[in-house]
Parts: sequence; structure tokens; C-alpha cells
Amino acid sequence: MRELRGIGASPGAAAGPVYRLAPPPALPPLAQTFDPGAEKAAVRAAVLAVAADLARRADTARDATAAEVLRAQVMMVQDETLIDAADVAIDGGADAPHAITDVLAVHRAAFEAAGGYLAERVSDLDDLRDRLVAACLGLPMPGVPNPGHPYLLIARDLAPADTAGLETALVLGLVTAEGGPTSHTAILARTLGIPAVVRCAGILDVTDGALATLDGASGVVVAGVSTETVTTVNAARLAEIERRARSQGPGRTADGHPIALLANIGSARDLTGEVEGVGLFRTELLYLDRNDPPSHEEQVAAYRDVFAALPGRKIVVRTLDAGADKPLPFLRLADEPNPALGVRGLRVARQTPAVLTTQLAAIATAAAAADADVWVMAPMVATAAEAAAFTESCREHGLPTAGVMIEVPAAALRASQMLCHADFLSIGTNDLSQYTFAADRMCGDLADLLDPWQPALIALLASCAAAGVEVGKPVGVCGESAADPDFALVLAGLGITSLSMAPRSIPAVRESLAAHTLDECRQIAEAALAAPSPAAARAAAPAASRQLPLGGGTGSPR
Amino acid sequence: MPTRTVLVGSASGLHARPAALFVAEAAKQPMLVTIRTGDKKPVPARSMLAVLSLGAKKGTEVTLEADGDGAQDAVDTLADLLERDLDAADA
Repeated sequence: MRELRGIGASPGAAAGPVYRLAPPPALPPLAQTFDPGAEKAAVRAAVLAVAADLARRADTARDATAAEVLRAQVMMVQDETLIDAADVAIDGGADAPHAITDVLAVHRAAFEAAGGYLAERVSDLDDLRDRLVAACLGLPMPGVPNPGHPYLLIARDLAPADTAGLETALVLGLVTAEGGPTSHTAILARTLGIPAVVRCAGILDVTDGALATLDGASGVVVAGVSTETVTTVNAARLAEIERRARSQGPGRTADGHPIALLANIGSARDLTGEVEGVGLFRTELLYLDRNDPPSHEEQVAAYRDVFAALPGRKIVVRTLDAGADKPLPFLRLADEPNPALGVRGLRVARQTPAVLTTQLAAIATAAAAADADVWVMAPMVATAAEAAAFTESCREHGLPTAGVMIEVPAAALRASQMLCHADFLSIGTNDLSQYTFAADRMCGDLADLLDPWQPALIALLASCAAAGVEVGKPVGVCGESAADPDFALVLAGLGITSLSMAPRSIPAVRESLAAHTLDECRQIAEAALAAPSPAAARAAAPAASRQLPLGGGTGSPR
Repeated sequence: MPTRTVLVGSASGLHARPAALFVAEAAKQPMLVTIRTGDKKPVPARSMLAVLSLGAKKGTEVTLEADGDGAQDAVDTLADLLERDLDAADA
């Protein structure tokens, strides 16, 4: 048995055999001498292997769209012209991996030249090339493994493309060597409700198939455990999931003080189970992977899907949060040396105001046709003047409830002034951490600075919450920190009125709040604010609640 | 040699589902059927990669050609398929 330590990124325990996400193969230098017959045979063998693997994935995919993409890939790889063209390339002096790469490059160029939908499918061709080249070189298939039974996925780090087709029924847990608590891996894991540990340096030394356990709260990974341990851990996890699935109702403290528990979603598909409302509807999905902005009608349809799903409920729509770090071709943003500090979020409207006004008009049209209580907020607001301009624009479009996100320290420091214009604030703790600590969210080496328990972050949260309490306007948190059942107590104690998170994180936070009174939460918040370090704040919080005579506070279940 | 020129009828053009249906039907024909757009080089209709690479959109004019016994039937079958909206639910 070997104990490895990382950072807990998504709570829960999981156990099973580990399988790694293999990186795309690097194309080796062209072989100087080779047997053309053997290379041609290698191409044929690679085609058979890749086609069989993709066909098996298509048959087992639960998502109909994913299955269709996979079947199209099977037809591409079985295309006779692929082998014919590869033969010609081999006769011309290429070895098998180079022949495949060259042949697919021709189609890649044609796809790109065609533009539109085909240009967006270039990644399917690249995936095919990587698979065929890996098969030729005898390397593991790149991408998410599919051993055919449940497993723990291990990787250096995960990119959005790696995880698009992740089968949640098969992936019991995630462990990555890199990344941080606000990296894509962590957010994905919390969204899917999969326990995860990030920044676990030794994990890549564990061999495929070895049994391991992970604790997504403490960050401990144990490799080389017994089959009995795996069974025990998974049975306990299943019992916990079933218990939480039965938890119902709005968020409230033990003494009945309401703290709305809202969902972070990207589309109507993310709405699972009963929720009080949506605290963050990310609208970027509509804009991604396309060369032209979505039309008014297209947007109205997408927003209406979400609004119609939650009649009478509050839904906070965030306007487009794009920038050089999340580039969209039609915005034609210039390359920036520091994308996180550049033209992103609301700032895009400085150059391309039509994108925002089209979006506000579409939200208003969809809202008018639905029963939902639609709120709108802008990302990356830095000044009260920006807040004033945005809220005015919302009202002109007939959207009555307009607020701003607090992600920039300048905005947090002027929360009261923001609330002179805005109807509410929503604090994005991931970006607020990044900008307060000058630490890139994607820089795993600085993960300790991005810890939501950092006293400086808690101090900013406290002043925003106080500004809201003073004028009686809602101040919510929609960052990842809201999903931490312990940190939720701090937020409630500071005066935060709503917590928005991945829908699957809600039951654990609901349980935690229900086990503490508002007074206990306030004491916990005070203890966390007074602590000199994140570790001390974490330790002080449950201790503060235990000292209370009224009880109920025995720390939160995790 | 039997030839037919038709306009692509599918809303999304000749890719995704329409391309998959078209290529599968072409593979069933007893002889090689080619497809081209404009004056470009004809490509095998049963090649998924080549058909996708045409980049044919809704309303693009494409020409089908085949030779041999039953060539007219093959060309007609495929031409009729191309003219339909294969994205529609009942396709």
C-alpha cells in the first residue's frame, strides 16, 4: 500500500482499478528505412483496431449525440480511400504514422476550408489521427479509457475535450497529477458529482489496473488496496448518495433562517432533480465552437428551455463571459499577453456592444414568454459606472432585476456603490481569488493561494455581504466555494443570502446548513475571519460551532 | 454514362447524419458511384471522408455519375436521397 497526497477537489470517497487518460502520441521522426509492405499492413491493422474500439464505444455510449459522432468516426476510419491514399503515401516514402497523418491532413484542410459545421468537426479528424498513430506505434489509445467496467480515471490533467464523452456510470473518481481546486477537472468533477483529487504528484507512477481509494475531501489517495477495501468504500459511497438523494426542500439553517440553494447550469440539460432556482446560468455554451454568433431566435429558444423548466423559480442569467482566455472567433479579439486581465466578460461590450444587446433582447423575449423570475447579471464588472451602465441597459430591455458579479477586487471594495445601481450581487469566488491573490486559476503550483479559506478572500466576502445586509439587497456566492459544506456555514454566517453550485453538490450543503443555527454560522464565520491562515480557518470553524452550548454543531458531514 | 445533377436538400448540408445515410446507401450500390460539386474532381460516393470534404451545404449543386449495368438505378436512388431533407425526423 502506498499513500499519496493531493488536494481534495470534489468531496466523496471512491475506490476501484485506476486507468489513465493517455496523451495524444507525438509523431516520431520519419523512419529512414522501412519495409513498405510492413507499413501498409500496419495501417490496415491500425484501422481495424481503431474502428473496433470506436464501434464498441458507440454501442455503449449513453448519449445519442456522442454515439452519432462515434459512428461517423467509424465510417471515416473504415473509408477505403483512406487506406488507398495511405498506400500511395507509403510508396512515396512515408512510414505508416506519417502516411496516416499526411492523408488526414488533406481532409483536415478541406474541412477547414468548408467552414461552418465541418470546420467544427476538425477535432474529430484529429482524434482519429491520434488514435491511428497510437495504434501504429503500439501506444495506448489516447483519450478517456474504456475498460468496460467502473474505474478511477487518472491523468496528468484533463482538458474539456478529454471529458466531453465521459461516462459517469463508469468513472467512479478522478485523480490528476496537476491542476488545482478551480481547474477544469475540479469543476467537472463537482458538476458530475464524482469524487476527485487534484495535484496528486505520485499518481502517474501507479500502473493501470492497480486498485486504489481516493478521498475527495482530504485529498488522500491510497494505491494497492485490497478488493475488500474497494467493496467497502463503494458501498459506503452508494449509501451516502442514496441518503442525500432523499434530502429535499429549500436551504435553511437549523433555526429556519433561509439560505437559497441554487444551481449552476450551462443548459436545461444540467437541471437534475428539484432545485430552488438557478443562481448561475452560464450562456457560453451557445457561443462555443462556432464561427458566427447565435441568432436572436436561437438564443430565445435556448433560454426558453431553461425558463420553462422552472416556472415560478428564480433564474439568474449571466451574460456572455468570453475573452481572450475563452476565445470566440466572431468577437475577433486581439491576442493579449494577459488574457485574464484583458478584454473579457462585460468588457467585450466596449468593442462589440451588439453581442450584449442582442443577448439582453433575447433574454427579455424568452422571459416574457415564461413564468420564471428571470434575473440578469454581468461578469467582470470593475466599477460602479459599469454596474450603472449595465443595469440601465437591462431595464431598457425590460429586464427588471439586474445585478453584477463580484470577481474583481475593485468591485468588492466598492460593493456598497455597486448596490446603488445593481439589484443584487453575485460573488464569483474562483475569479475573485485569482484576482485578489494574483494567482492564475489554471496554475496548479499556486493552488494554495486559491484556497477559499484564505482570510483575505473571506474578508472581501464579508464586506460584500455586509453591504447587502445594510441596504437589504441579496448577495449570493456562485463560485466553487459555495459547494464546500463547511465553507457554506462561513458564507451563511457572513450574511450571504444564496449559494449557487453544481446541482449535485446541493444535498451535502443542505445537510450541513440544517445541522447549524444562524448564530453558530456567525461564530464560525467570525472564527474563520480571525484565523491567520487557511488551515487555521478550516480548523477554527468546526471548533467554534462545537463550543456552542446549543449544540447540533458537530462539524458537517462530508 | 448515367448522370444526375441535384441540389442538396438536407438542412444541415451533406454532413453529419445526411452524409452518413448517403455514404451507407452508396456503399450498397453494385458499382462505384462518384459525386462532385461544380467542375471539381469526382470522388467516390461511398467514401465518408471524401463526401464530407466536398463541404456541400443545403442547396449546393452536386453531380452523381456511374457506369455499367444498373447505373441509372443507382444514380437515381442516390439522387433522390440527396434531394430529401435527411435531417428531418422521418428521414
